[in-house]
Amino acid sequence: MYAPAVNEAFLAEVSSLPGGERITQCIQCGSCSGSCPTAAWMDHSPRQIFALIRCGMRDEVLSSNTPWTCASCYTCYVRCPKEIKITDIMYALKRLSIREHKAKPETKPARVMAEVFEGLVNKHGRNSEFHLMRRLYGRPSAITKALRNAPSGMKLKRLGRLPFRQEKLSANGLMQMKQITDAVEKMGGL
Amino acid sequence: MGLAYTYYPGCSVGATSRWYDISLRAVAKALDVELAELEDWNCCGATAYMSVRELMSFCISARNLALAEPLGRDIVTPCNACFTVLHKTNRYWHEDETLRGKVNEALAAAGLHYKGTVKVRHALDPFVNDVGLDAISEKVTKPLAGLKVAAYYGCQLVRPETGLDSPDYPVILDQLLASLGAEPVDWAMKARCCGASLIVSREDVARDLIADILKCAADAGAEAITTLCPMCHINLETQMARINKDYGFDLNFPVLFFTQLMGVALGVDETELGLDKGFIDARPLLTRHGIGARA
Ligand code: SF4
Ligand code: SF4
Repeated sequence: MYAPAVNEAFLAEVSSLPGGERITQCIQCGSCSGSCPTAAWMDHSPRQIFALIRCGMRDEVLSSNTPWTCASCYTCYVRCPKEIKITDIMYALKRLSIREHKAKPETKPARVMAEVFEGLVNKHGRNSEFHLMRRLYGRPSAITKALRNAPSGMKLKRLGRLPFRQEKLSANGLMQMKQITDAVEKMGGL
Repeated sequence: MGLAYTYYPGCSVGATSRWYDISLRAVAKALDVELAELEDWNCCGATAYMSVRELMSFCISARNLALAEPLGRDIVTPCNACFTVLHKTNRYWHEDETLRGKVNEALAAAGLHYKGTVKVRHALDPFVNDVGLDAISEKVTKPLAGLKVAAYYGCQLVRPETGLDSPDYPVILDQLLASLGAEPVDWAMKARCCGASLIVSREDVARDLIADILKCAADAGAEAITTLCPMCHINLETQMARINKDYGFDLNFPVLFFTQLMGVALGVDETELGLDKGFIDARPLLTRHGIGARA
């Protein structure tokens, strides 16, 4: 049976994501990978990710730890000679991998953090570092991590830099937040 | 009449980085700059939120821009992440018509509207570009003479496309430090990423990045690092002890917000600077240089 070497469908899909418009312009120069501070820990360097997208290696891309190892520093973004919004594409790949449950288990802390963060912001309008940490490290899976980080936490507390108060918006502000997030949900947008 | 801005503190500034907020307000006052806090501002979403809920992040960030617009002033934030998110929201709102439509629709649901007139700036910007380095130098009463400082910009202040300075080798913070009498050191990692929230999700990666940055600053002869982002600040200072242990380093310098150093030089009352509230107390270092801080 005929199987095309390059699966254009995935390329078209990524190109249509916000930020993905210019992806077909990639000339595989490697400036992104050479600039990326976290490339050494990635399953695939940024340049390789774009090559894989072109080849239509959908599963390999969506299960790669690469977008989750991206620190969002925008170094690749400002250096890409083809002005590809690489950081935005990394974000788009994260969203796709969450939606399709393709993200590897090792990326769970990053996903959980985003989820908890989002929950706090949507509920109170503001994040609270203390409550974010408590929710994150309060999870059984993270208990060893919590213990290792405890000295920093204790020190912050001693220095008066760990308020327990959850800041909130006014009732009107919270209502506006809800109206905005509801409207976005209605648009079906992430 | 002094300069006036709408102030967007951001979430961490009220908590782990509260001395950034306090020292910034004090320094602004000393320079006759008015920072009026935006009422009822909401979290911009930062990187964690933006990366998984992009449209949502643009829309909630735009609420802040819509609230700030009628005040007719530039919005100023001390956090690199807040700056990136608010600036990016603003930029994309202008550049991308489809996105603009969606953001406006979401804002309309909350009875809000954004016309697109707000300018988003990092807190460093008005000091350097509006007040001006000469005017700041003139007000210095306690020059930071002999103090070797590594100016650490982090990644997001100059990227993407903020137009503030070079994305690879920025200099404005170094120039500001020099105008305070300090000796900024020349080092290679000033705009290198500290790993940001990878410290939570990929501790091993972030710690290696932070170790490189700290070591590079130390090798360049820095006695202190100065930062302009709450995330960079907390990453550098809280990881130092563990990095010493894991990598066999002997790093031992204070990590200060640039506003704390400005405050010292401008003679701001020390109780408003929190020099002793870092993981390493900065006062002994300043005293050693005869710069007035009591240890
Ligand atoms: S820097 Fe741009 S053009 Fe070069 S490989 Fe990376 S994405 Fe492709
Ligand atoms: S934005 Fe992400 S992919 Fe690009 S250089 Fe930074 S860490 Fe690497």
